[in-house]
Amino acid sequence: MSQLREYADEAAQPSERPAGRRLTIGWQHAGRPASLHEHHQRYGPLPGSGRRGRGGLVDAVAAAGLTGRGGAGFPTGTKMAAVASRRGPAVVVANGMESEPASEKDQALLARAPHLVLDGAAAAAQAVGADTVHVCLDRSRTWQVDEVLRAVEERQQARLDPVRLLVHELPRHYVASEETALVRWLNGGEAKPMTTPPRPFERGVQRRPTLIDNVETLAHVALIARFGPDWFRTAGRPGSPGTMLVTMTGAVRDPGVYEIEAGSRIGDVLALSGADQSGSVLIGGYFGTWHAMADIAQLPMTPAGLRPAGAAPGAGVLFALPPASCGITAAARILDYLARQGAQQCGPCMFGLPAIADDFAQLAAGQPKGRPLQRLSRRFGVIAGRGACRHPDGAVQMAASALTAFAADARAHAAGRPCLGAHSRRPDSAQPPIPRPWAEEEWR
Amino acid sequence: MTLRLRLDPIACTGHALCADLLAERIELDEWGFPIILGDVPPGLAADARRAVRACPTLALELLPAQMTREEGARDHERDS
Repeated sequence: MSQLREYADEAAQPSERPAGRRLTIGWQHAGRPASLHEHHQRYGPLPGSGRRGRGGLVDAVAAAGLTGRGGAGFPTGTKMAAVASRRGPAVVVANGMESEPASEKDQALLARAPHLVLDGAAAAAQAVGADTVHVCLDRSRTWQVDEVLRAVEERQQARLDPVRLLVHELPRHYVASEETALVRWLNGGEAKPMTTPPRPFERGVQRRPTLIDNVETLAHVALIARFGPDWFRTAGRPGSPGTMLVTMTGAVRDPGVYEIEAGSRIGDVLALSGADQSGSVLIGGYFGTWHAMADIAQLPMTPAGLRPAGAAPGAGVLFALPPASCGITAAARILDYLARQGAQQCGPCMFGLPAIADDFAQLAAGQPKGRPLQRLSRRFGVIAGRGACRHPDGAVQMAASALTAFAADARAHAAGRPCLGAHSRRPDSAQPPIPRPWAEEEWR
Repeated sequence: MTLRLRLDPIACTGHALCADLLAERIELDEWGFPIILGDVPPGLAADARRAVRACPTLALELLPAQMTREEGARDHERDS
């Protein structure tokens, strides 16, 4: 487990509205999940549905301005309202799959504050008219599954929730955390993305309107249900309120999960982990973009703030590459991983990603066949936007940004002159993490 | 009426009959999968319908071009 650090150190008194840290209160002392009793001491009980009523929470979440913390950043209140407005009983899915290799924040959250996530899921279920919450976890994380099951049992013994909480163990694949893949698996199929429409909010699990939220998003919902939208907005910026969890790894002094105010500048966030700011950074995960840290240090870590740089915060992932490391090699590693992690459903992704991964491997080795930069630029344009999900688009975005951020290195490699970084033998922490294969064939 | 081609990329397995029957609007990428080049004007509607019917995996469909995404979704819901 990674080190956990906080951006502010004030401790909240039991049941008081927390200032500063929100999700990560008490984490520095905890080597285990907070029990239900500890959780209630920390945050107080979740107000009953009577106080806010069905729909009241939807309005509160919309007023709070909470956006999804799983990567897409869609307004959570809008999504809840869309599900609540559909006819018939709804379903809630808590997405704890966290398949992004450079992200650890959802694992850290579930390992410290599972009841906050479950509170949020139960409250959201009542608000949108659902009687069941499906908690989706990666089945290779057996300890996590055990801990969440224990938390669910505690709640059942306390007769806490008026909704059913079901914990599911899904196969581990990069695309298995995509929301239509969760729906397909929960409906008895493989954990592979589906063609949309219909979107899950229209017709999802058991053909019901389905609200799918990342587990961190649901933890924020639990706090909005307790303390209200005005409190939520006391952190962050007007356009991006609240706090968010970020994972910083790679060439940083203190790798781990941090809670930051939304809208903090990238440079300030990186400074928390002691990143060497003369290097480069991958923002947003393996679908994200590479940048020289100096180019983006002043930008706020929000979708709007990063848009001018063509970047997005994604699920709050910052991977720092040391100054002397080869970015082309790092991107080639990631692209090779992404090419193997597709669902093997859509032609442009099945064939296009291995093709550009091979182009990148040739570049990284400094042994290009033909003109790899021209070939890549053509292939990027052909592949993006042609899959059922955004897997090919994300892979292309990451690869294309590497050619921009490491343009000089790319030219050297294309000319058969690998850069110095390509040959330096560095510890693995300097390269993006690639998960070991785990039951790769299995999709059900 | 202008029509819009919609491809289900999961259903498509690259038989590529559509690109033969509607070369004006569908070309193939280097791996043999169709790329849709744009909407179908009335003059090409008959060829487009032939391409849709010829697809062995039923991956191609024709919709009115002005249909919004949500209307498409509702349609989909009614159909199934």
